[in-house]
Amino acid sequence: MQSINLAEHSVRQLNQLLHDQCNHFDQSQWQVSATSGQHNIACGLNQNLEVNIHGHVGYFCAGMNQLAHVTVHGNAGQGVAENMMSGTVHVKGDASSAAGATAHGGLLIVDGNTGARCGISMKGCDIVVKGNVGHMSCFMAQAGTLVVCGDAGEALGDSLYETVIYVKGKVQSLGADCVEKPLTKKHLTQLKQLLKSAGAEEDPSQFKRYGSARQLYNFKVDNAY
Amino acid sequence: MNNNHQQDNLRESATFDRTTMAEIRRAAETGIYDIRGFGAKRKLPHFDDLLFLGASMSRYPLEGYREACDTSVTLGTRFAQKPIVIDTPVTIAGMSFGALSANAKEALGRGASAVGTSTTTGDGGMTPEERSQSDKLVYQYLPSRYGMNPDDLRKADAIEIVLGQGAKPGGGGMLLGQKITDRVASMRTLPKGVDQRSACRHPDWTGPDDLTIKIQELREITDWQIPIYIKIGATRTYYDVKLAVKAGADVVVVDGMQGGTAATQEVFIEHVGIPTLAAIPQAVQALQDMGMHRKVQLIVSGGIRNGADVAKCMALGADAVAIGTAALVALGCNDPKYDEEFKQIGSAAGFYDDYHEGKDPAGISTQDPQLAQRLNPVDGGRKLANYIRVLTLEAQTLARACGKSNLNNLEPEDMVALTVESAAMAKVPLVGTNWIPGQAF
Repeated sequence: MQSINLAEHSVRQLNQLLHDQCNHFDQSQWQVSATSGQHNIACGLNQNLEVNIHGHVGYFCAGMNQLAHVTVHGNAGQGVAENMMSGTVHVKGDASSAAGATAHGGLLIVDGNTGARCGISMKGCDIVVKGNVGHMSCFMAQAGTLVVCGDAGEALGDSLYETVIYVKGKVQSLGADCVEKPLTKKHLTQLKQLLKSAGAEEDPSQFKRYGSARQLYNFKVDNAY
Repeated sequence: MNNNHQQDNLRESATFDRTTMAEIRRAAETGIYDIRGFGAKRKLPHFDDLLFLGASMSRYPLEGYREACDTSVTLGTRFAQKPIVIDTPVTIAGMSFGALSANAKEALGRGASAVGTSTTTGDGGMTPEERSQSDKLVYQYLPSRYGMNPDDLRKADAIEIVLGQGAKPGGGGMLLGQKITDRVASMRTLPKGVDQRSACRHPDWTGPDDLTIKIQELREITDWQIPIYIKIGATRTYYDVKLAVKAGADVVVVDGMQGGTAATQEVFIEHVGIPTLAAIPQAVQALQDMGMHRKVQLIVSGGIRNGADVAKCMALGADAVAIGTAALVALGCNDPKYDEEFKQIGSAAGFYDDYHEGKDPAGISTQDPQLAQRLNPVDGGRKLANYIRVLTLEAQTLARACGKSNLNNLEPEDMVALTVESAAMAKVPLVGTNWIPGQAF
C-alpha cells in the first residue's frame, strides 16, 4: 500500500503518481491523508485503483474518474465525481453541490446529504444518496439513475430527459416536465440492486419514481416561459 | 401619371422596411420567435472602416516577394508544457458535429492540417474523423458537456472552455430535432429527434473563482501538458478578459457579435453583444493592464473574411484569429450552384441561414446522408487550405507594406479609421487627423 500525506506532497504530485499507474501498474492500494479540503484530489484516474482519502476534500474530487474506486472518509466539496465515466466514488460524509454532475457512468454513493444540483446533466451514471438532496437536483439530467433515501429539495428533475429518479422521502416540488410515474416490478428490481450496491438497507417499495413527461422534448410555443 | 412615375413616388419606410414587416407577419402567424443560423446581418462598424498606412518616406517597406514575413504563432506559452505552434494565425473556430455533417468536420480538419493550423470541436464531442484529420485539434469544454470524456480530453492538443459565443453571449446551444440523428443522439446521450437546447451556464461551477479551480482540474487531468483557452462572447470584454486571465487561461478567445452560430433566436443574433472591432482593443487593454499581453495569447473571431481583416486584428493586438462562417463558405456553404434548391426551401444562395433545419443543399449544415455526401471532404479540405493560404498571403502583403517582418509586429499605429465610430472603437485616429474619439489630443 502506498501512503501519500498531502501536508508533505502537493496534489499535483499525488495525481501524477496515480496517473502513472496507467502506464506502470504496480500499486493498487492508495491511502491519502492530510487533505485539508484541497481541490482536485484524485481526479482523472484511469486505472483499477483503490484510493482511500482520509479527511475533507474540496472541489472536483475524483473528477472524470475511470475504473478507480475512490472513498472519501470525510465531506466532499463541489462537483465530486463530476463527469465520472466508470468505477465508484463513495463519500462517507456530505457532498456539496453538483455531485456527480454530467457523469456518464460508474456509481456515486453519498452516505450523508448533498447540496443543490446533485446529478445535474448526468449522462448515465448511478447516484445513491442516503440522506437528502438539495434544490434543482437532476436538472437537465439525460440518463442514469438517482436514488434519494431522504428528501429532495425544490424543482427536482427540472427539464429532465431520460434519467430515472427514486425518492423515499418528501419532494419539496417537482421541476418543469418532471412527473411521478408508477413503480413497476422492473423498477423495483433496479432500485433493489442499486440500494444493495450502495450498502443501503432501505425498503424499495417505500420509494416513489419520477421521470420526464417528455413535453419539453420538442419546441412549441406552449413551452415558453 | 404613368405607372413608372407612380413607382417613383413610392417610398419604403426605413423603420418598417420589407424585412421588418415580413417578420411582423411571420410572428403574427406563428406566435414564436424566429430561429436561424449564421451571424449578425445588420450593418456594423467593421474592419472595412480601417485602412493601413503603407510605408513611404517615414517608414521602410519590405520587398513583397523577397523579404520574409513570419506568420507562425505559438499559443499557450503561459502554463502548458506543450504549447501549440501554428504556421498561420488563421485557425478554425469551434463548430459541432451535429450542427455540421461528419464530412464537413473532416474537411475542416483536412484543410487546417494542410496549412499547419488548428481546428476546434464543438458542442457534441470529438469525432474520430476530425481527430484523425486534424493535426492540431482544440477540444471544446461546454456547459452541456455532450460527449465529454477524459479519453478525448487527453487526445486533444488544447482545451477551450466555452463561456459564450459572439452570436449569443448569455445563451446556450441549440440543435433542433431534425438534426438529432442516431449518431448525434448517441454522442450526446439524448433521445433521437428531441429539440436539444443546451444550458447557458456550466453545471459544476459558478463565477471566476470557481473557474480557477475548474481550470486546475482540467490541467490535473491532462498533467499540465496542453494549453487551456477560455472563449467568451464579446460584451463586457475588458472585465471578462481580465477575469479569464486571473482564472488561469493560457489563451483568451474573444468572439464578436458577427460570429456565426448553427441556431439561435434572431433577436439574440442581432441585438446581443458588441462588434468585433470594438472588442479587440478592450481585450488588448485588459491584457496590457495586467502585464499579460503576448504572454496570454489573444485569438479573435467574428466576421473575419479576408487577409485585410486578419492583418487588422493582428495590428489591433490579437495573436491569431479564428474563422467559422468564412470557412464554411470556402467549403461551399451558400454556393450559387445550388440556387434552385435554395429557392425550393424558401431561400436563395447567399441568403441561406436556416442551418437548424438540416436541409442545406450544400451538404454542410445537415445530417441528411443524401445531402451530406455532396461535400467531398478531400475537395472541401483543399478549398479551405487554399482559402487560408490566400488569407495568410494577403495579411503578409499588408504587413510587408507596413515594413513588418512578422505579422505580430503590426500595430495600431499602422492604421487609421474612416469613420468617427470606428476610430472610437478601434482607438486609432480618424483618417487625416490625429483625433481618437474619447481620448485627449
